[in-house]
This record gives sequence, structure tokens and C-alpha cells, in this order.
Amino acid sequence: MRLVTRETFRSFQRAPLLSALSVTAIAFSLFTIGLFGLVAVNLRESLRGLEDRVEIVAFVLRGTPVETITLATQDITSFPEVATVTYVNEDEALKRAQQEMVEFRDAYRDLRVNPLPASIEVRLKEGFRDASHVAQVAERIEGFPFVDDVRYGRDWVERLDRLRNLAGVVGLVIGLAFAGVAIVIIGVTIRMTVLQRAREIRIMRLVGATDSFIRGPFLLDGAAKGLLGGLLAVGISWAAFLVFRRSDVLALQSLVFFETRHIAMGLLFGIAIGLGGSLVSVGRHLRNV
Amino acid sequence: MAYPRGGMALKDITFRVAKGEFAFLTGHSGAGKSTVLKLIYGELRPSEGEVRVSGFSVGEITKHEVPRLRRRLGIVFQDFGLLQDRTAEENVAFALEVTGARLDSIAAKVNRVLTQVGLASKARSYPTELSGGEQQRVAIARALVNDPPILLADEPTGNLDERATRGVFQLLRDIHAGGTCVVMATHDLDLVRQTTHRVIELREGAVVYDSAETPIASEGIS
Repeated sequence: MRLVTRETFRSFQRAPLLSALSVTAIAFSLFTIGLFGLVAVNLRESLRGLEDRVEIVAFVLRGTPVETITLATQDITSFPEVATVTYVNEDEALKRAQQEMVEFRDAYRDLRVNPLPASIEVRLKEGFRDASHVAQVAERIEGFPFVDDVRYGRDWVERLDRLRNLAGVVGLVIGLAFAGVAIVIIGVTIRMTVLQRAREIRIMRLVGATDSFIRGPFLLDGAAKGLLGGLLAVGISWAAFLVFRRSDVLALQSLVFFETRHIAMGLLFGIAIGLGGSLVSVGRHLRNV
Repeated sequence: MAYPRGGMALKDITFRVAKGEFAFLTGHSGAGKSTVLKLIYGELRPSEGEVRVSGFSVGEITKHEVPRLRRRLGIVFQDFGLLQDRTAEENVAFALEVTGARLDSIAAKVNRVLTQVGLASKARSYPTELSGGEQQRVAIARALVNDPPILLADEPTGNLDERATRGVFQLLRDIHAGGTCVVMATHDLDLVRQTTHRVIELREGAVVYDSAETPIASEGIS
């Protein structure tokens, strides 16, 4: 292991320019993925904000006893998809309407009879806010005999669904394309390193080194370059993120950066492509000589 | 031994070199000297026939066994094959390190072989600081450091002046005197004539002369 580590350091020392080139190539490839990832993360964050607003409202028939509603509320709370259930009685509904619809405040004040029905507002847990789950829960609630009508903005939820799917597919396709390009670039730079050390590999073989022994320093070299490239990419992404967030565009000021686990995944990905690129390049070279 | 694109590099050749023997392989460029050596160290496999080296059958060994075969051999080339960014002692130590030798035994072994080739005082010199003859001595030290029973030398004096040639050749003879089998490919006939060692001459891939006139043995190269 000591030898492998020493040989890896030697490769950095011997060809600082080529090593720097490899690290930079990895860094920029990962940076493009990172930049795209940042867009994806923020898009998901915005979608989550929209999802939070997904709500099912069940209007209750006038005259329904409070006990019946309490029992039903408990029942609905126990649905696996449901996060919170709030009962809004007629008085509260009127008060809310007066507060929220300022232009009708006078009209509401003069009313002798409260025209607004009581309602049960149901919010769903994360992961259940898609059109099919929302529709299922709404249907179940509609089954209660005291429920007059159920609303949840079907069109809006369906549109949200489509947006989410589109973002997922586009994200996957572009992410894979960037990752593919990154792997090719990294493979080429590592192949250059291998060719540069072809003489050394030949001598190693002639003195009786096994292929697995020859691979060792290259794999560590690739992994180290992958890690360095990954760290550099995180640095550049962070710098780009700061630039965007400090911009005058209001929407960009609330941007969020990657979570630690995403960064860790990015670094692991860097190490993996460094290793993979080395493995392929050295393997091909060893087969050909 | 066939060329990958057709034609024969070696044809109907059979000879046997005994343990501890010194044999010259001579012939013009392209006669097949290097091909014979490549067959011995497993860089090439025979397309027909059999090559037996120190208990290995080169045509049949697996890829994983090739390093084991090569650890039984020391190989020296015309171009020395030294790593330019390593000192003489690092070049020699490299052969031990990459074959998994015990780290605490390396320094003593390196010192021993560098002394043997007369370069102990230049152990810390880089190849560019050494003359051609000295570089070839380092290469020979590297070939010897694993104590191989067989030393293969492919035109080891091809890049050297007359004086360096004599020195390197004498070194190879000393190594042979120590009990190592030496097979040396050369086209330098003056060198060959200086000694009474066995001479195997190749022409167009066939043996045209063998001073030992060894009868056809079961082990040979085809």
C-alpha cells in the first residue's frame, strides 16, 4: 500500500500539468452536472412549496351534529395519506371570509344568516400529493353522508403532477447526458496519463509485476483525481450559487444549495468516475501491450 | 512462430540451452533473434510447437502465470529501459518493489547488485547523469536483483561504444561464471569471436548454424 501511495504521488509530481488537466476536466464535468443539479434541487424545492398548498376541502351539510364531525375527523386523520385535518365551523368560515375577501367585507357584515357552510380541510403527507392519491382520498371523504361537496382543485393538482413528471424526465435525461460526457472526458485524460506512463508499465511487466499490481497506483491516482475534481466542482458550484443568489433577480435570492448528503454523493461520484476511467484505460492498455 | 498478418517469423527451429550455459543468438536484423527472446519471456506465444523455460511451457501458461515466468528471468535491452526520473538505485529497487519483495530487504539487495556491476558509487545518479555503458550496467543490475537463473540480453551492446561494449560484455561473462544461464542476442560478430561460447545463428527465422550441434531435443522452439 505504501508503494502504491508513493507511486500515486510520483505520478502527480512527475506530470503536474497533466494531473492538473485531469483534475480540472473532472471538476468542470462535475460542475456542469452540479449546476444542473442545483437547478433540479431548486425546482424540486419550488414544487414542494406548491405541493404544500395541495388541500382537500369537504363541505359539511348544515345541521350535522358536532359529534358526528369529530368522529369523522378522527377517522380521516387515521388515513395513511393524511397529515392534518382541520374542522372549520360556519362562524370561523365567515370570519375568514371577512378577513380574506376585503372587498366583500361590508356585504358579509350585513348578513342576517351565515351562508357559509362548515368544512373539513385535509392536508396530505409528502409523497401523497399527486393527482391519483388526492382523488382517492377525496372520494373516500365524499363517502361520508354528511359531506355535501368535496373540492381539491383537480386541474391544478394534475398540472402539478405533469410538471413534476416533466422535471423528473428532463432532469434524468440531461443529468445522464452530462454524466456521460464527463465520463468520456475523464476517460480520455486518464488514458493520456496511462500512455505517458506506458514505458513504466512495460518495465513493470518485464520484471514480473502482476497486472493487478500495475493497476493499483493508477486506480488510486484516478480516485484521488476524482476526489480532487469533485472538491473543486463543489467549490465552483458554491461560487456560482453565491453569484446567483446575490443577483438582483428576486427569484434567485431564495435559491438553496445542496444538502451535505448531495455533496457527499457528488464526491463519491467523482471518485467512482475517476476509478472507472482508470480501470477502463489501464485495462485496455494492459490488454494491448 | 507466425506473424499476426501471415508469414512465419520463425520456422522449424529447435534448440536447447542448458542450465548455466552462455549462448549467443546471432544473425542480421530481422533474422528472428528478438522473436526467440520474446518467446522465451512470454511476450509472444508460439503458434506451433513448444517453448519450455525453467519448468514453464510458454505456449500453455495462463496470463496470470506470465509474471511468475518473468521473475525467473532477467531481461536486458539495447535501449536500457531505465526510468529517467529515478536514480540508479531506485530503478533497481523498482524491480524488487513491484514483485512484492520485503521492503526491509530491498536496500541490501540493491547495494549488492550495484556493487556487482561496479556502480555502487553512482547509486544516487539519474540515468541522464550516467554514460551509456553505466546505464546498461544499471539495467543489468536490475535484471539480476531477483537472482534469476536465466539472463536474456537483446543487443545489450548495440548502443555502446567499443570500450563500454567490452565492459558490459565482461560483466555478462562474470555473471555467467557465477552460474547464471545467459542468452545474448547480438549481431556484433567481433564480440562473438572473442569467446568460445556457444553460437546459434539465425537467418530468415531458421537456425543455420549451431556451434554445439545439439541434437534435436524434446524442448525447443518452433
